[in-house]
Amino acid sequence: MSVTPTAISGRSQADDHAQRPKVAQRLASFADIWLPRIVLSPTVLTSLIFVYGFIGLTAYLSLTESRLMPNYTFSGFSQYSALFEIDRWWVSATNLGIFGGLFILICLVVGLLLAIFLDQRIRAEGALRAIYLYPMALSFIVTGAAWKWILNPGLGLEKMMHDWGFANFSMDWLVDSDMAIYTVVIAGVWQSSGFVMALFLAGLRGIDDSIMKAAMVDGASLPTIYRRIVIPSLRPVFFSVLLVLSHIAIKSFDLVMALTAGGPGTSSDVPAIFMYQFSFTRGQLGLGAASAMMMLMTVLAVLVPLIYLEAKEARHGR
Amino acid sequence: MVANSFKSSAANNPNRSRLNIGRVLIYVLLFLCALYYLAPLYVMLTTSVKSLDEIRSGNLLDFPLHPNTAAWAKAWGSACTGVQCDGLAPYFWNSVKMVIPAVLISTLIGSLNGYVLAHWRFRGSEILFTGLMVGCFIPFQVVILPMARLLGLMHLANTTAGLILVHVIYGMAFTTLFFRNYYVSVPEELVKAARIDGAGFLTIYRRIIFPLSLPIFMVCFIWQFTQIWNDFLFGVVFGGSDAQPVTVALNNLVNTSTGVTEYNVNMAAAIIAALPTLGLYLIAGKYFVRGLTAGAVKG
Repeated sequence: MSVTPTAISGRSQADDHAQRPKVAQRLASFADIWLPRIVLSPTVLTSLIFVYGFIGLTAYLSLTESRLMPNYTFSGFSQYSALFEIDRWWVSATNLGIFGGLFILICLVVGLLLAIFLDQRIRAEGALRAIYLYPMALSFIVTGAAWKWILNPGLGLEKMMHDWGFANFSMDWLVDSDMAIYTVVIAGVWQSSGFVMALFLAGLRGIDDSIMKAAMVDGASLPTIYRRIVIPSLRPVFFSVLLVLSHIAIKSFDLVMALTAGGPGTSSDVPAIFMYQFSFTRGQLGLGAASAMMMLMTVLAVLVPLIYLEAKEARHGR
Repeated sequence: MVANSFKSSAANNPNRSRLNIGRVLIYVLLFLCALYYLAPLYVMLTTSVKSLDEIRSGNLLDFPLHPNTAAWAKAWGSACTGVQCDGLAPYFWNSVKMVIPAVLISTLIGSLNGYVLAHWRFRGSEILFTGLMVGCFIPFQVVILPMARLLGLMHLANTTAGLILVHVIYGMAFTTLFFRNYYVSVPEELVKAARIDGAGFLTIYRRIIFPLSLPIFMVCFIWQFTQIWNDFLFGVVFGGSDAQPVTVALNNLVNTSTGVTEYNVNMAAAIIAALPTLGLYLIAGKYFVRGLTAGAVKG
C-alpha cells in the first residue's frame, strides 16, 4: 500500500502513528476538508461579484435614465427603445453581422485548407506552421496599424500596383464608407486564420491513421477520404473553432479602433465601439449599458446552442 | 499489410507522377500563403527604416536603400501620442509594470484553484467550476461600467494597480481552466496514496503537484502575458493618462490626425509594441501554441 507514499510524506506510517496524537490527526483531516474550500473561496467570491454582480449592475443600469452619472431610478425599457431608434446602432449591428459572418467563414475555410495541406507530410512543416501562426501573438492594435498602412489609399497597396503597371488598380476601401468594414475582415482573417489552422491540425493529428489507410486500401482517393471520413470526424474541432471565432468577432473592438476607428463617419462601427463611445465619450451610461447587454445577449445566443450541441455530441460520441 | 505493399508496387508509376504534381501544387500554395502572412511583417520592418521621402517615392515592397533608425528613435523617445510627446517609452514601461505582477498573481491563483478542482472536489465544486467558466465567455463590455465606478471609489482608477487588479480578476477563469484540465491528468492514485500516508492538502501540492507543473506554468505564463500585454479595452477604459499601456499609446499615435502622418514612425512604434509577445512566441512558440489550443478547447 505504501511504497511511494512513504517517500512522499518523508516518514513511515509506523512512526506517524506514534508521533502524532489523535488531536493533531483530527485537526489535519479537518484542514483537508476546509483548506480546499478556503483556497477556492476568494476566486468564487470575486467572480460572483465581478462577473455575476457586475452583469446584474449593468443590467440594472440599462433600465435607468443614467446619463453622465449613474441614476438609480428604475425607468423600464426606455434605454432599449431609445437604442433601437438610433441609426448608428443598426449600422453597428449590421457591420457586426457582415464582419462576423465573413470573418468566421473565411477563417474556417483558410484554416481548414492550410491544415489539410500541412497534414500531407510536408517538408519544413514546423517553419510554415510558425509563419502562419505568428500574427496571433500580435495585438489587434498592431495588426490594425500595419494594415492601415498597407491599405492606405494612394501610398500603400494601390501605389505598389500602379508602380507595377496596373494603372487602374484601386484600393481605397479604407476611406470608402461602403467598403471600410471589409478591410476589418481582411486584417482579422490575417490575424486569426493561422490559429484556426493550428486547431484543425491538432484535430487532424488526433485522427487514427488506420482508418485512412483502410479507406485507401478500398481505393478511395485522398479528397474523398478527407470529405467523407476526416472532415466529419473533426466535428468537435469545428465547435471549438466556431466558439472561439464568434467570441472574437462579437467582442472585437481593438482591431476596428486601430484600423478605421469606426470610420469613415460611423460606417465601420461595431457594437463594441458604439458601447465605448456612448458610455465614455458621450456620457450616455444608460445607453451604453443597454448596448452592452445586447452584446451579452448576442454572445449567449451564439454560445449557448453551440455548447449545448457540443455537449450532446460528446455524450453521443462516447 | 500485404495488400498495401502490393498496391503501392503495382500502381506505383502512374500514381507517383500524379501525386507529384499535386504535391508541387500544395507546396506552391503553402509557400504563397507563407508570403501572405509574412508580407505585413516585412512591410512594417522595411517601412520603419525608410525616410518619409523614400516612402513617398518608392512603394510598399521596395527594399530600403538608405536604412536608418531615426524613426525608431522617434517612436521610442519623442513621438506624440495625443498631447504628450515622450514617445512610447513611458507606456512601454507602464505595460511592463502591469503585466509582470498580473501574470504572476493570476497564474498562481489558477494553479491552486486548478489543484482543488481536479483533486479535492467537494459537493458543489463542479457547479462552482462551471460558474467560474462563465468568466471566459462574457464580453467585457458588460462589466466595465460597474468596474469603472468601483475603481473610482477605491481610488484605483487610472493606476497600474487598478489595471493589475482587473487583469487578475478576469484572467483567473482562464488560468483555473488551464490548470484544472492539466491536473486532471495527474493520476488520482498518486494523490490518494499520499493522503493515506498522511500528507495534507498543502504538502501534496508542494511535493507532488507543483513539481509536475512546469509545462502548464509555461503555457499559462505565456498565454496570460500575451493576453494582458495585447489588451486594449481595459487599458483604454481604466488606464487614464498615467497608467496607459503601450497598446493604447500606439493607437493614439497611429490615429493622431494632426500634422504629417509619419508612417515610418508608426511602423517602428507598432513593432516596439509587438516585440515582447513576438519575442516570447519565437522563444517559446511550443508553449504558446499549446496555450492557444488548450484555451480553445473550452474557452
